[in-house]
Amino acid sequence: MIIDLVWLVPLIPLIGFIINGLGRNTLSKNLIGFIGSSVIFISFAISIGIFAELASSPVKTHEVFLFDWISAGSLHIPLSFLVDPLSAIMLLIVTGVGFLIHIYSIGYMHEDEGFGKFFSYLNLFIFFMLLLVLGSNYIVMFIGWEGVGLCSYLLIGFWYTNSSYASAAKKAFVMNRIGDLGFLLGVFFIFTTFGSVEFSKIFPQAAAMLPGDGTIALIALLLFIGACGKSAQLPLFTWLPDAMAGPTPVSALIHAATMVTAGIYMIARSNLIFDLAPVIQHVIAIVGLATAIVAAIIALTQTDIKKVLAYSTVSQLGYMFLGLGVGAYNGAFFHVITHAFFKALLFLCAGSVIHALHHEQDMRHMGGLRKKLPVTFLTMLIGTIAIAGLPPFSGFFSKDEILAHVYMHDKIMWGIAVFGAFLTAFYMFRMLFLTFYGKYRGTHHAEEKIHESPKTMTWPLIVLAVLSAIGGIIGIPETLGGNHWLSHWLSPVIQHAGEAPDHATEYALMAVSVVGVLISIAFAYTKYIKKDHIPAPDEAERSFLAKLSYNKFYFDEIYDTLFRKPLDAISVFFYKVVDNKIVDGIVNGLGWGTSEASKGLRLVQSGNVGFYIFMMVVGIISLLLYTYLSL
Amino acid sequence: MEQLLLLLIFLPLVGALVTAFSGNAAKHVALVSSIVSLALTLALVCNFSPNASTQFVVDFPWIQELGINFHVGIDGISIITVLLTNVLIPLIILAGYQHNYKNPKGFFALILFMQSGLLLVFTALDAFLFYIGWEAALIPIYFICAIWGGKDRIKVNMKFFVYTIAGSLFMLMGIIYLYLQNPAHNFDIQAFYSLNLDSTQQCWIFWAFFIAFAIKMPIFPFHTWQPNTYTEAPAVGTMLLSGIMLKMGIYGVIRWLLPIVPSGVQDWAHLAIILSVIGILYASIIAFTQKDAKRLVAYSSIAHVGLISAGIFALNVQGMQGAMVQMLSHGINVVGLFFVLDIISNRVKTNRISELGGIAKQAPILAIVSLIIVFGTVALPGTNGFIGEFLLLMGVYQYNAWIAAFAGLTIIFGAVYMLRMYQNVMLGKTNELTIGFTDIKGSEKVVLYTICVLIIVLGVYPKPILQLSEASVQHLIEQVTQKLTSVN
Repeated sequence: MIIDLVWLVPLIPLIGFIINGLGRNTLSKNLIGFIGSSVIFISFAISIGIFAELASSPVKTHEVFLFDWISAGSLHIPLSFLVDPLSAIMLLIVTGVGFLIHIYSIGYMHEDEGFGKFFSYLNLFIFFMLLLVLGSNYIVMFIGWEGVGLCSYLLIGFWYTNSSYASAAKKAFVMNRIGDLGFLLGVFFIFTTFGSVEFSKIFPQAAAMLPGDGTIALIALLLFIGACGKSAQLPLFTWLPDAMAGPTPVSALIHAATMVTAGIYMIARSNLIFDLAPVIQHVIAIVGLATAIVAAIIALTQTDIKKVLAYSTVSQLGYMFLGLGVGAYNGAFFHVITHAFFKALLFLCAGSVIHALHHEQDMRHMGGLRKKLPVTFLTMLIGTIAIAGLPPFSGFFSKDEILAHVYMHDKIMWGIAVFGAFLTAFYMFRMLFLTFYGKYRGTHHAEEKIHESPKTMTWPLIVLAVLSAIGGIIGIPETLGGNHWLSHWLSPVIQHAGEAPDHATEYALMAVSVVGVLISIAFAYTKYIKKDHIPAPDEAERSFLAKLSYNKFYFDEIYDTLFRKPLDAISVFFYKVVDNKIVDGIVNGLGWGTSEASKGLRLVQSGNVGFYIFMMVVGIISLLLYTYLSL
Repeated sequence: MEQLLLLLIFLPLVGALVTAFSGNAAKHVALVSSIVSLALTLALVCNFSPNASTQFVVDFPWIQELGINFHVGIDGISIITVLLTNVLIPLIILAGYQHNYKNPKGFFALILFMQSGLLLVFTALDAFLFYIGWEAALIPIYFICAIWGGKDRIKVNMKFFVYTIAGSLFMLMGIIYLYLQNPAHNFDIQAFYSLNLDSTQQCWIFWAFFIAFAIKMPIFPFHTWQPNTYTEAPAVGTMLLSGIMLKMGIYGVIRWLLPIVPSGVQDWAHLAIILSVIGILYASIIAFTQKDAKRLVAYSSIAHVGLISAGIFALNVQGMQGAMVQMLSHGINVVGLFFVLDIISNRVKTNRISELGGIAKQAPILAIVSLIIVFGTVALPGTNGFIGEFLLLMGVYQYNAWIAAFAGLTIIFGAVYMLRMYQNVMLGKTNELTIGFTDIKGSEKVVLYTICVLIIVLGVYPKPILQLSEASVQHLIEQVTQKLTSVN
């Protein structure tokens, strides 16, 4: 039984982390790259074995117990792993895409002095991500959940001598922590409601409950807050664009393909709980939709190629949450998979461009790179079509599945969501055109040094491009003659798949979105190729809307004014006034009062014998008087 | 086997004497003595059966006229604090290796003397003995801080000393009162446990003990001696105070407050928890803008201790077990943090955050171990801090979900001030001050590596520690709740 060996899947990357971590300065770069990538490949191979075994096994849920981790009173938290259709497929994504990105990094990071450190962090990330995926209870999931946050912190701040990068890393960790508090409180409520934190004990109970319970709604809300942090949803999304400070392979792996989808994974895993809280589902749908639109609007005017992709990630995650909110768990998870392919691809392509241009990220200084970087161009074109959602590329199927469910849920929301999809097509093609078409806008000197990336970088691009193109196969709907393999596969985990529209409606919806996307692309083509429009420099005058979009709706500035500055002011006030003057003042006052009083009393002992005798007589008389009066 | 505990308590005194006459080898003698103590402790832990009984008991009359017995023993609660003390003392002594103290004989002898006092506090089953240990531990640390401390040491230490002594006086009054109420006229803990006090008496005793313990930990608003004392003390003194000594207060609450005056606790636990949680938020917020790293860690310690105290007063197994693990974890982590800051101030003569930066580039190993300690402190899962804080928050949550939500803010605030400090000290560009910074070596490595290993091992496999105390904690909670139900 290879499933019983599932603990090897996270363990092997952990070993890779230890070897590369200890040998980061002594081992050769080739060896480090080889170890770092091959541990992930071994995990990938085992994951395939697990997947195959699960596919042929009649039992779809396997728990592998390792040891008792925490127990106190009635609380028992084992370190154990859960292999079921959901985690098995996630294993393939994490190790598969992870492996490709490790290979790519060998080329991308080759000149970096922190090469060993980079690979050890990347291995550690995969380890924690696998824990998150495999945990059979919320707490083991939480180890992975915060562990990937740690790796994200380390990798965003990889070039830590740049203090704005270090700040971005801190921001990511702190914002995630806000969500994590929600997660933790949610787990506490789960424990008191269900008497356990184990999935296998919670979900059967939840399946027998009826919707509408207040505590369950609170649990769902708190878990969703946790997901908002990790998966960068409103209002906790501002860390993700800043996270682009990390090396580009990190953006591809952590901040696009895997870690940021953890929130969706967690909610899909807990779908039975969320089914019981329709109000919260509605909240999720609204938050997801709002995030999708806001991020898409911001992406329209960004000039940094990675920022465009970052906001597009936030926006796509918004679509996934929208799907979860309307009960389209399969569609949302399907989009997690296709998004992992095409967004990893797009980031790696962007990395290839940045690599070729020696760390230039501003699209205003790119252009005309089609001929110089043919492989990067072609693969990025495929990725762009996939995310824009044109058939038969993968993004089309997953996005339209979500949209179809949204349509059944609420027609207005569908309208807004489709509009967002048009924006997506526009800003993605804008990026593609600005980068690869027109004339090169950098210096002549730089132009001569532009070269296509090495094979270790282009091969992963090609593999991911193929997956982005054909990945939709796993979820072709019946409407288009498929049988939606994915939803059958996930059916043991996701019992209520939501309702899909009838065939005629679905055809119509698809037609609307495809035509709209084509029109958006035509718009982008006219503006950026026909009219050769180049985005204005930073300091140029912008219209009100463009300014809002360009300045990211001023979210950072607003948070600064609302939270950081007041808290720091309170901090100074607490320290200088409350602590030093008031609390300590009272303490010192007591001390001062005592010593002053003793100064006064001390004078009574004057050494004058006459005075002592007088006081003695007074004392005796008062004593006698007291006795007499009390008789 | 019975003599093992006696040996454990008095060995440091012998060690102190030898150290005091050992000339230049003082630190080595002290280190050897503390390592022998550690070995004995490990032997004791191995021979300890994890049930609720009190083991290794030694009981003989001492001052018979007053009913004072030399009565010591160990149960699952005290074994954690004994372990904490004897694991940390060798590390702290080793941390003192990098300094050239004036009069090292006195310095290291005082540490061992204090160790004896601490062990007496953690094992005493006689209230008078407990009080003796309580004061005996204070005297050496007073001298350590007053002789080897910073430039404001005299004034700051006077306050620390008077403040804690004032607190202990309340406790002494409480002890004498209990003694007078006790028909057997002795200071035996079991006799105190079985006293029948009415609720007014319990209220008075509660406050007499609580003030002493609250000052020691310290809990808001009894904390104002702490930041100055921690900042002015020599690093070794700060480590002793924060790593071990404050646990006297926590231990006191568990051993001498909860079981003796359960209905007093019932009446006032709510206030105690609220003060603790105020302390968490208040101290965390103050830590945001501290300019001196040592003072920042001092305030963070108030926040951490606040959570421990809240978890204890929640009076459930999760909270209490969390307190057990967290006492150990906080001791390890805070000693690590103060040692890292000591290493820094030793090299560049300052702990002012704004003057530092870029140390990671020069001293990558120091940066890595500090990062592990920082993440242990902010309770990342997989580190020791998580086990404790998770159980504590769960304990508080079962007491009241809202209070837990506020107490839980510590995981956000902690990340803010700790990562801010880490960033400004370690990351960023190297400046003129930190350009010549050399990485850790020798004894520094031994101490910090040990701390990192403990942080991870306890975080990954806390079971042995949880098992040590589980039965005693269960017993204690049953004892308190039974007494409460029999009263009502």
